[in-house]
Amino acid sequence: MSLSHTDVKRIAQLARIAVSDAEVEGYLRQLEGIFGLIEEMQGVDTEGLSPMSHALDESLRMREDTVTAHDQRDLFQALAPQVEAGLYLVPKVIE
Amino acid sequence: MQWEIVVGLEVHAQLSTQSKIFSGAATAFGAAPNVQACEVDIALPGVLPVLNRGAVERAVKFGLAVGARINHRSVFARKNYFYPDLPKGYQISQFELPIVEGGEIVIDVEGSARTIRLVRAHLEEDAGKSLHEDFHGMTGIDLNRAGTPLLEIVSEPDMRGPHEAVAYAKALHALVRYLEICDGNMQEGSFRCDANVSVRRAGAPLGTRCEIKNLNSFRFLERAIEFEARRQIGILEDGGSIAQETRLYDSVKDETRSMRSKEEAHDYRYFPDPDLLPMTLDASFVEAIRVGLPELPQAKRARFVADYGLSAYDAGVLTASRELADYFEAVVRGVPNEPKLCANWVMGDLSAALNKEDLDIARARIPAGALARLIGRIQDGTVSGKIAKELFEAMWSTGKEPDVLIEERGLKQISDVAALEAIVDEILAANPGQVEQYRAGKDKLFGFFVGQAMKATKGQANPAQLNEIVRRKLTP
Repeated sequence: MSLSHTDVKRIAQLARIAVSDAEVEGYLRQLEGIFGLIEEMQGVDTEGLSPMSHALDESLRMREDTVTAHDQRDLFQALAPQVEAGLYLVPKVIE
Repeated sequence: MQWEIVVGLEVHAQLSTQSKIFSGAATAFGAAPNVQACEVDIALPGVLPVLNRGAVERAVKFGLAVGARINHRSVFARKNYFYPDLPKGYQISQFELPIVEGGEIVIDVEGSARTIRLVRAHLEEDAGKSLHEDFHGMTGIDLNRAGTPLLEIVSEPDMRGPHEAVAYAKALHALVRYLEICDGNMQEGSFRCDANVSVRRAGAPLGTRCEIKNLNSFRFLERAIEFEARRQIGILEDGGSIAQETRLYDSVKDETRSMRSKEEAHDYRYFPDPDLLPMTLDASFVEAIRVGLPELPQAKRARFVADYGLSAYDAGVLTASRELADYFEAVVRGVPNEPKLCANWVMGDLSAALNKEDLDIARARIPAGALARLIGRIQDGTVSGKIAKELFEAMWSTGKEPDVLIEERGLKQISDVAALEAIVDEILAANPGQVEQYRAGKDKLFGFFVGQAMKATKGQANPAQLNEIVRRKLTP
């Protein structure tokens, strides 16, 4: 699989990372290296193996359905750049 | 040639847990902004999600109730997108291995049963809320809802038109409330529908679909599908083609419109969440839930028809909610040999009174036992059906027992034959012309005499006895 400059720009856009035109070439080479490795791995015979979704061979632990967190809004909001009426304020989101 | 409307629904049911799906913050509705948003919900660095067993149990309960496969092993995935009310930059959801797969819901369409197949139901977390109004050109974010457990229930495109879509949504709504896994409150957003709508010529392959969001009532669901189908048919009949897109329903203008801004973002790059191990459910966990399942709407409906001799329609109405069905059965326990009469009262006067004040059955002003005692008084001939209706209204407004009201208002039915005969004699004597006409063959006048007698007794005459007496006295 070969990537284009447009693919790199799109991936950067989806991840909200600013990538200048000058940087695209470098990322393109790195990504192609990664894809090359993936292609190599796809050559391995995995017949009869179920896909692994986690590196640890254990299963998830669950907690009981009880409320354990108490209100720490003031503490958390002291970290926020702007708050009002209990809300976190962010630049206007246009629908 | 006829167009066929094809609909599939995605329903987000908010699960009725005390705490969030991955944190210990409360889920109660209506709290002050951000007081129920802990460090996990607001995504502070270094926090980790821990799965709520209550959410998993509710999802399994649903899966068992619709005859679905409960996956022994399922996986949580990250759905990536940027929006300020999603502080992590991803929503924890399920993608490749959901907890519930398959299953079906049977709906009633004009008296016949139709089966709607389900694709899957998966667990995920809700996002927060964005408030766009009036913060000096900024957007306010409330993260109380962030992390609330949702079960997303996805159907196959098995519904043909708005009525079937509404029937399915209502059946699903009744089911999640029967199971007590979701409170079903649509105003508060506990049960939200998105509709996938397409149209095609009969027998043709599926057309291109549009997804309609923001359908927070059954009426809006119906109207949005109607509008959207008309819009698509208009485009196709003009020789155009449908673009696959997400559209928003505007209930004020009664139309759907494109949500262009979100189009670019539809690349969620799902991958298994490394913070969460695969979830495995052993057979005993699932079995314990199966044992605790309540009687489901379909089984209850069948039992009401078999045990009480009700019509399928009546059984359907009375089992629409567990509370209504319980109320009806409590009335029947009071007057066990009159289930049909009980059904008529519950579906008639009681439902009308509830509707009038926009109350649900839990807030009925007449307890089931008192309604049963009222019906008992019709049955034993103390009052007529007509007087019973008056009594019902009085019970509703005063909260008094039927016997107390009968005593207070002197409403006891006149079943004294001699007293009724004297009244009928008087009426016949006062209307010799009508008596003559009746005897000459004008049968319709029979009702006139009965009416006069009823009037004279202020409606308290026993109707069966009165009819008999009038007939006897009129026979020459």
